Amino acid sequence: MSDIILETKNLTKHYGGVHALTGANFELKKGEHVAIMGDNGAGKSTFVRQITGVEQRTSGTIVFDGKEVNFSGPIDAREAGIETVFQTLALADDLDVPDNLFLGREMTKLNWLGPFRLLDYKGMRKATMEGLERTAVKIPNIRNTIQNMSGGQRQCVAIARTATFPSKLTIMDEPTAALGVQETEQVENIIRTLKKAGDPLILISHNMRQVMDLVDRIVVFRRGQIVANLKKEETDGQDIVAYITGAKTAPEYEGAA
Amino acid sequence: MADKEHGTGGLKYDEKKRSWPNELNIFIALIVIVAIFEALGQTLPYMNDQSFLFDSRDRFDSIFNEARLRIIILQVSIIGIIALGVTQVIISGGIDLSSGPLVGATAMIVMSFAQTELVNGNPNPKAVFGEWAFDLPVLIPIIVGLAFGALIGAINGSLIAFTRIPPFIATLGMFLVCRGLAQAWTRGKPVSFPTEGYTAIGAGMMPVYWFIGLAILFHFILRYTLYGKHTYAIGSNEDAARMSGINVQRHKVRVYMVASMLAAFAAIVLSSKNLTAQSGMGIFYELYAIAMAVIGGVSLTGGRGSIIGTVLGAMVFGVIQSGFTYIKLDAYYQLMAMGAIIISAVVLDKMRQERAAVKS
Repeated sequence: MSDIILETKNLTKHYGGVHALTGANFELKKGEHVAIMGDNGAGKSTFVRQITGVEQRTSGTIVFDGKEVNFSGPIDAREAGIETVFQTLALADDLDVPDNLFLGREMTKLNWLGPFRLLDYKGMRKATMEGLERTAVKIPNIRNTIQNMSGGQRQCVAIARTATFPSKLTIMDEPTAALGVQETEQVENIIRTLKKAGDPLILISHNMRQVMDLVDRIVVFRRGQIVANLKKEETDGQDIVAYITGAKTAPEYEGAA
Repeated sequence: MADKEHGTGGLKYDEKKRSWPNELNIFIALIVIVAIFEALGQTLPYMNDQSFLFDSRDRFDSIFNEARLRIIILQVSIIGIIALGVTQVIISGGIDLSSGPLVGATAMIVMSFAQTELVNGNPNPKAVFGEWAFDLPVLIPIIVGLAFGALIGAINGSLIAFTRIPPFIATLGMFLVCRGLAQAWTRGKPVSFPTEGYTAIGAGMMPVYWFIGLAILFHFILRYTLYGKHTYAIGSNEDAARMSGINVQRHKVRVYMVASMLAAFAAIVLSSKNLTAQSGMGIFYELYAIAMAVIGGVSLTGGRGSIIGTVLGAMVFGVIQSGFTYIKLDAYYQLMAMGAIIISAVVLDKMRQERAAVKS
């Protein structure tokens, strides 16, 4: 069991009377890249929000890295080693690239000064360069504020942020939804780099080509439940669409949705 | 250096390449405004060759009209100290309307702890407290003043951070509370006759030195410390700051406390300089302080601005005020002209930003 990084059992979330997520059993092995697909409102984002501690689940258990966890917020999850790129980018427009990468976990000097302790700009710049190098992200000048960057560059900064710090699991919620062709490719290259490095990833995406291109396994959500768990080699686009729309349900999930 | 040679994915990172700093625009504006007044002085028929900037009548050893320069900077330095705090509040995405009345209230309270027992051999006619409060060491009124400022700031900050009411409303309420407190403290009577130690705080050019010293200190704090970075981060994108693990609520309380302590310190300097405290002190100061910050390029939407900008904004403010008097503009029209100038400063800044956004 030690090669499983994340496992959820019977994960359930109700918003009042709305059953957004029901009995989700999910497993992710170390080094594995899994895509989560499904229609709008199928429960994909809800599922991620329970894992990352943004919301508190109604019932069920989450086992991360061999331990049962109860994150009280996204910061808890991050400290445990889950890095998330949210759909709404969590970037501060008026700050430059290193500032954004290190937002909330700045390198500091003279720590006895408390809130007025000094920032280690040099150290942060160096680590930023290394992080960008590792992910092969292209930013013309890291001293530029995020405000003046294209959507792709911003997305890359958000992703580079997760790659700069040692993490055990990366989650990306539709990282290329608003990007052009070239920018999408750049983001996909980062994902390939993560795969080579053996970092596990959960990718939420609507893009069939991208999913078939990048991940090992596809999990399909429909109406708050998992309806299929497909190895990439054993499926194709049409098959997946059938599961998403409800034309098909995998035998082991019969009775769901 | 490794920093410069390592590219990011083939592209080089140029340490020297920086964008045109906004502060330079304000500095240029300052020079242009001085030049305009100088030109008006030379051309207006009733001015008799008086110079705005230069020593045209050989009254001083230097080529500049030192008396005017001194008055300009002395005039703005006390409100400038408030503006240093207001700058931080605005950068964090808030606003502080309570600083003017806070000056009044703090001055009244502080002066009560700084009174001397005997005035020309007679008992102090304005005594607020009994004998125990006479001739206290100068540190006591300073500590009382800063503590009062910290308290008001903590209330402002807590209201804004924890009840989530808009900063405008919270500090507007505090505006009235502080003005009321200033009036209630002695039922409207002024408090006067401070100790010698207390009068030294704001004597002569001291307000200017305090202003410059505090400006340097807070420039450093905003630029190079965690406090400064988090202030910009919260003003820029509060949700991002929260999601990144910054304790936004605690930080807001800190920012408002720092701002109110600066306003309280301005009250100490002002009451020391004037040798008296009156409940009406600091009228319009909150608006002037905001104006200085805004002229200095501090964005009211948060996230952008700097102490250098605000100091330059204060200088622009002082030069305009002094210039209006110099060209003998009727005092009744000065406020109107000042208002127009503040509005145009913001409009110009907005246009410049939009142009920059289109270019990139």
